[in-house]
Amino acid sequence: MQRPDMSVAVAGIKMRNPVMTASGTFGYGAEFADYLDLECIGAMISKGLSLKPKAGNPTPRIVETPGGMLNAIGLQNVGIDAFIEQKLPYLKNVNTPVIVNLYGNTLEEYGEVAARLDGLSGVAGIEVNISCPNVKQGGIVFGTDPGAAQEVVRLVKKNTTKPMIVKLSPNVTDVVLMAKACADAGADALSLINTLTGMAIDLERRRPVLANVTGGLSGPAIKPVALRMVWQVAKAVKLPLIGIGGIMNGRDALEFMLAGATAVQVGTASFLDPSAAQRIAREMEQYLVDHKIESVSSLIGALEL
Amino acid sequence: MQFKSMVVSNVELSPNYFRMRMTAPQELLASAPGQFLMLKVTDAIDPLLRRPFGLFDVGTFTAEYAGCGTQAYCEILYKVVGKGTKLLSALHHGDVVDLLAPLGRGFDLGPAGEEKVLVGGGVGLAPLYYLAKALVARGEKVRLFAGGRNRDDILCITEFERLGVETYVATDDGTLGESGFVTQVLERHLNKGMRIFACGPTPMLGAVAKMAALHEVPCQVSMEAYMACGVGACLGCVMKGANHTEDTPDYRCVCKDGPVFDSFELQWS
Repeated sequence: MQRPDMSVAVAGIKMRNPVMTASGTFGYGAEFADYLDLECIGAMISKGLSLKPKAGNPTPRIVETPGGMLNAIGLQNVGIDAFIEQKLPYLKNVNTPVIVNLYGNTLEEYGEVAARLDGLSGVAGIEVNISCPNVKQGGIVFGTDPGAAQEVVRLVKKNTTKPMIVKLSPNVTDVVLMAKACADAGADALSLINTLTGMAIDLERRRPVLANVTGGLSGPAIKPVALRMVWQVAKAVKLPLIGIGGIMNGRDALEFMLAGATAVQVGTASFLDPSAAQRIAREMEQYLVDHKIESVSSLIGALEL
Repeated sequence: MQFKSMVVSNVELSPNYFRMRMTAPQELLASAPGQFLMLKVTDAIDPLLRRPFGLFDVGTFTAEYAGCGTQAYCEILYKVVGKGTKLLSALHHGDVVDLLAPLGRGFDLGPAGEEKVLVGGGVGLAPLYYLAKALVARGEKVRLFAGGRNRDDILCITEFERLGVETYVATDDGTLGESGFVTQVLERHLNKGMRIFACGPTPMLGAVAKMAALHEVPCQVSMEAYMACGVGACLGCVMKGANHTEDTPDYRCVCKDGPVFDSFELQWS
């Protein structure tokens, strides 16, 4: 048998395989270049970028929990202009699609950041973050109210010609409602899920561990929740989906594809194993070889009930 | 580099303190004192994250098994404080762990000729041994000030002495060396023309940094922080830079900008 066809496309972004690196877990790309071949993964997603540089939250910012970790980084980033000047030139030389994750503190900022990226070569698409639980303004406000989400999505859409992915929060009662709202407002694809709001307490000090008190839970602990949400949204919305949440190996990734995802993002796994994204793509391919499946895209939504 | 490493030995030096030797690729011999490694203790998902450890020693040895020539190794010195280090302490010769190393910015050894003063608190002695070896190899005069709560916290002093390092010890309870803080002992010996290298609990480092500033002695500190990635991507391990304010935040990444900083680079509250 020939090597299986691992390629997929999300909203017109063609990828050699379905494995992307999740925003906020892969820096600006170059940080991991010593550990994996950036040209062996499907796509890279930048750290969430805002109009101005952002310093992030006080420390402690991270804490480990069983099967997961909580973070409250607070979207620390260099700002969109510094990204374009300092980070993008390196990424342009890498033959892998680069998707820029962006957010705004206000509705207008979302539009402004998107506008600055429009027309730039080297940016294959944008991912709009309406789901970070760790900042007071921006992010989650837009991610939990369908009306506010639609406003953001419409405005960004007006300011960009690039494929627009919207990243959804799991911290809502009905993720399908949010997904439909974003689809109606013009999203080209949806990625889900961002982290689940959680908390850790230091019993000796009787204080929260994180300076921010609460943080976003990621890692294997959240995979069942993420899978369920991808499956629910896949049944209700026609857009391509990108599954995220505790993907540690090729089998995890393929489960998301069966649930309806066209591609996946690897996040926390890159912290434990900086070569995780490349390894996961290889493990997925091996599964296809072992099961004599010719094309990975044939598994999208192929879950049998 | 990411590599698999075999545990060569894992010895309890004093209650809850262990010294572990692991095989390493030859390239690790070029690492700088003060750099660190990230170790994955288990393939299971709990504990999930790697653990950072300063390089205690790096060198070569002749392996006992047949057909083996000289083998590079690295060593860490660690205290059992939680789930990860507890599991680590149970590893034996032949167990395999996954390492990322060498990581971060190490010590700047400074110009030759100055007196080099090392200040370590508890397990903070770990990166100082590798540093002492490098300094002694350059023919430098090195003094070590080691502190801890009690005698069990004072580790590997003999190893330092074997290098020819003059050592001073202080414990809170007086069970070894002088009674009191190591910084009190240090202050009596501090002169211009020295260079300080310190590693230990943050309050101790703050005290050393202040003392160094007062005496106008250059001082480098090796910091410890919770880390997820170790390569500058997660931004989980930052600390406040010297000019940090609420309005103009200035965070430094311990894993990438450090773990060794010039003491004036950081904010000491």
